[in-house]
Amino acid sequence: MADVTMTVNGKTVSKTVEDRTLLVQFLREGAGLTGTHVGCDTSQCGACVVHVDGKAVKSCTMLAAQAAGSEVTTIEGLASGGELHPVQAAFREHHGLQCGFCTPGMIMAAVDMINRLGGPLDEATIRAELEGNICRCTGYHNIVKAIAAASAEMAGVRTAAE
Amino acid sequence: MYETTYHRAESVADAATRLAGAEDGKLLAGGQTLLPTMKQRLAAPSDVIDLTHIADLKGIAETGGGVRIGAATTHAEVASSEIVKRLLPGLASLAGHIGDPHVRHRGTIGGSLANNDPAADYPSAVLALGAVVHTNTRQLPAEEFFAGMFETALDDGEIITAVEFPAATASAYAKYPNPASRYAMAGVFVAKRADGGVRVAVTGAGQDGVFRHEGMEQALAGNFSAAALDGISVDADEMLSDIHGSAEYRAHLVTVMAKRAVAACG
Repeated sequence: MADVTMTVNGKTVSKTVEDRTLLVQFLREGAGLTGTHVGCDTSQCGACVVHVDGKAVKSCTMLAAQAAGSEVTTIEGLASGGELHPVQAAFREHHGLQCGFCTPGMIMAAVDMINRLGGPLDEATIRAELEGNICRCTGYHNIVKAIAAASAEMAGVRTAAE
Repeated sequence: MYETTYHRAESVADAATRLAGAEDGKLLAGGQTLLPTMKQRLAAPSDVIDLTHIADLKGIAETGGGVRIGAATTHAEVASSEIVKRLLPGLASLAGHIGDPHVRHRGTIGGSLANNDPAADYPSAVLALGAVVHTNTRQLPAEEFFAGMFETALDDGEIITAVEFPAATASAYAKYPNPASRYAMAGVFVAKRADGGVRVAVTGAGQDGVFRHEGMEQALAGNFSAAALDGISVDADEMLSDIHGSAEYRAHLVTVMAKRAVAACG
């Protein structure tokens, strides 16, 4: 067993777990944060994407013990107060979800790509950056639209703040 | 996943000691192949020894005549490195197209080379650029490192610490990714070296993993243009054949990717 402590959405979480515990299991079953989904068993679908120390990773392809000492952000940590993150708001506005299963991973991937690349992002870039996220409803078109809108808005906000 | 014991190594020596003391231990770098394999119960190491918190294994530095990349450096770090982009743009581009963004945030160059997946991207760059693989016990030239499908010259317990790439006057990588897995169906790395020589290394297509194509190298040494590869054929008998593509298809794909890589060298 391993004593694993990490910061999740700003709060310290400590659990004693089996060494083989995946980060996604730690988050869902240990921390009770079930917004992070498991869509496949093969590390391909991206529904489990969270940020570890600011970088998007598949939480099903990392042991919880590997993340010990790290800062983790999940979908639950994006909104501030009652206000949705701009990417979450854009997914709602542009109907960027159908069944919603892939949405947490899509949004975490989108926030990561906008943080890394800035904005506004074009369609080709967004589609290439979404290579690690699969939508079983095949609702990509509106997902891409939502990310494009959010990236433009976030770039505008940034410019206005400068 | 079967039970395993996790170790966070503090140094390369510590990792070697822990690996030697384990019943059936495995080194864990980015884990983007090992962990999925363990989840499928295709691998069941008694112990996993995490190398990614060892400071000595990280980072990218410009050396006298090239670039030294620590074994635990991620694909994303290689792809975005200003040093790599300036000296070896083909290598930066290759790293930026491995897997997907999330995989690139975890996967490492050392892990990729130690695994030597026949469809992995990095082996082609290491072989074409004539890199040297540094381990905790010795230095291995690329020609001696790769030993067939999923096989390398690494001894049991040997740990890759860094990869040293000599600078090249031009470098580029072109791959045809499998549409589903994104692994290379054929990937070709072309390097024009400081001495004027040209090296062409192919991944994803060969039955024995990465290989050099001497016919293409000679043609390009005389005339460094995509047209120089017209009429050069790749032997289908040595190509992989599977549900994704026949040997003949891959042989053809290799020449197409080689031409694209040469064109991308500019």
